[in-house]
Amino acid sequence: MLSKRVIVCLDVRDGKTTKGIKFKGNVDIGDPVDMARIYYEAGCDELVFYDITASHEKRGIMIDVVRRVAETIFIPFSVGGGISSVEDMRDVLLAGAEKISVNSAAVKNPKIITEGAEAFGNQCVVLGMDVKKVEKSEKIPSGYEIVINGGRTYMGIDALWWAQEGERLGAGEICLNSIDADGTKEGYELELTALISENVNIPVIASGGGGIPQHLADVLKEGKADAALIASMVHYGTYTIPEIKEHLKSQGVPVRDQLQ
Amino acid sequence: MIAIIDYDAGNLTSVERAVRFLGEDCTVTRDLDLISNAERVIFPGVGAAGSAMESLKKYGLDKALHEAMKAGKPVLGICLGTQIITSFSEENQGTQCLGLVEGEVLCFPDDMKSPDGEKLKVPHMGWNNVKVLKDHPVLAGLKPEHQFYFVHSYYPMAKEAGNVLAQTEYGLTFSSVMGRDNLIATQFHPEKSGKPGLALLKNFIAWKP
Repeated sequence: MLSKRVIVCLDVRDGKTTKGIKFKGNVDIGDPVDMARIYYEAGCDELVFYDITASHEKRGIMIDVVRRVAETIFIPFSVGGGISSVEDMRDVLLAGAEKISVNSAAVKNPKIITEGAEAFGNQCVVLGMDVKKVEKSEKIPSGYEIVINGGRTYMGIDALWWAQEGERLGAGEICLNSIDADGTKEGYELELTALISENVNIPVIASGGGGIPQHLADVLKEGKADAALIASMVHYGTYTIPEIKEHLKSQGVPVRDQLQ
Repeated sequence: MIAIIDYDAGNLTSVERAVRFLGEDCTVTRDLDLISNAERVIFPGVGAAGSAMESLKKYGLDKALHEAMKAGKPVLGICLGTQIITSFSEENQGTQCLGLVEGEVLCFPDDMKSPDGEKLKVPHMGWNNVKVLKDHPVLAGLKPEHQFYFVHSYYPMAKEAGNVLAQTEYGLTFSSVMGRDNLIATQFHPEKSGKPGLALLKNFIAWKP
């Protein structure tokens, strides 16, 4: 049976893993390659590296991180942040990433999804979506709106429409981040996740709000997500991957056992 | 030396890295002499069957694979490589493939449900079980609880039951490992399947068919 995936997200700035709350203030928490190896050994199913390096001149540092990660771990991993062209995608994929994720670049230029899918295959292109809950309106019938710049800029685009459009354009997967839930550790946005997951045919990764293992169980069952993204709940040693998976198993969620 | 066939299909470097990690020499190549002199051949790839077959023919790699097969050299197909070794794929309005194993590659239907009624999405993406039907040196040590990483929208079905080495369930049951003589082919990605995947690659490197 296909397992639900537990995916660890590492924010990387200038080659160091960092963690911020609601995009305000970041602290370095370790070396991304070391951390990737530890999570790989612990049985995490996939990793996401999100490059928040501000300057374009330092892109090479991230490519080097990707290359070293690819030599160290043998599970899929994706890279997002700052990818705005097919050339950016190619650099990251050739360095050894399995997938690339596009977010605001795709909102501004949806063609990039199709170009990436045609060049590298749909399975390589993850559509990252940052979403905020708003009043339902004619323009935003689902009551969920696409935002960029860490939630500061509302784009006037309905999240459900954008998810379906992203699938039509060639995305192979959606990483759905609730800006409202992100950093709260109070649980994923279940209503949003179920709405998107039930109305697209591609896998959906739930992101934002995971604080305790039961939150993952909730979003993987009630939220109908195919995978759940976690960060701070493992970065600070609050929980281990085996503890999280053990809990998911006890709740009837199919997960992959870590086997030596 | 292991030749990893380069036919413009995506992500060949991950296979190369995994093989090197296991301490084995390998090269990603479309040089026909190098392939003909290689001790073993890995035929990986992600992408679409139609353009893959075109590229293989353009570089003469279709013949090189047939020759490797005839020469009794161990050949490992992975993902798209595995689909291409069958006779025919439904992808791209129908694509004639290499026919190294009789069988065909079909598109997952839209309306698949899991046993507990949940909608099954396409691509089949993530970790799934592989049920071994036939003992094989390359599958040695594989346990029923081991899972492997899959990502595909089309699935292979070998024609002869004897060529189905393992099966996987996803809405339906398909041939996740096929093989005959000196050929073995996995629909999943051993190079992305953690330790059980590396163990399988290690078995392939030592395999003497």
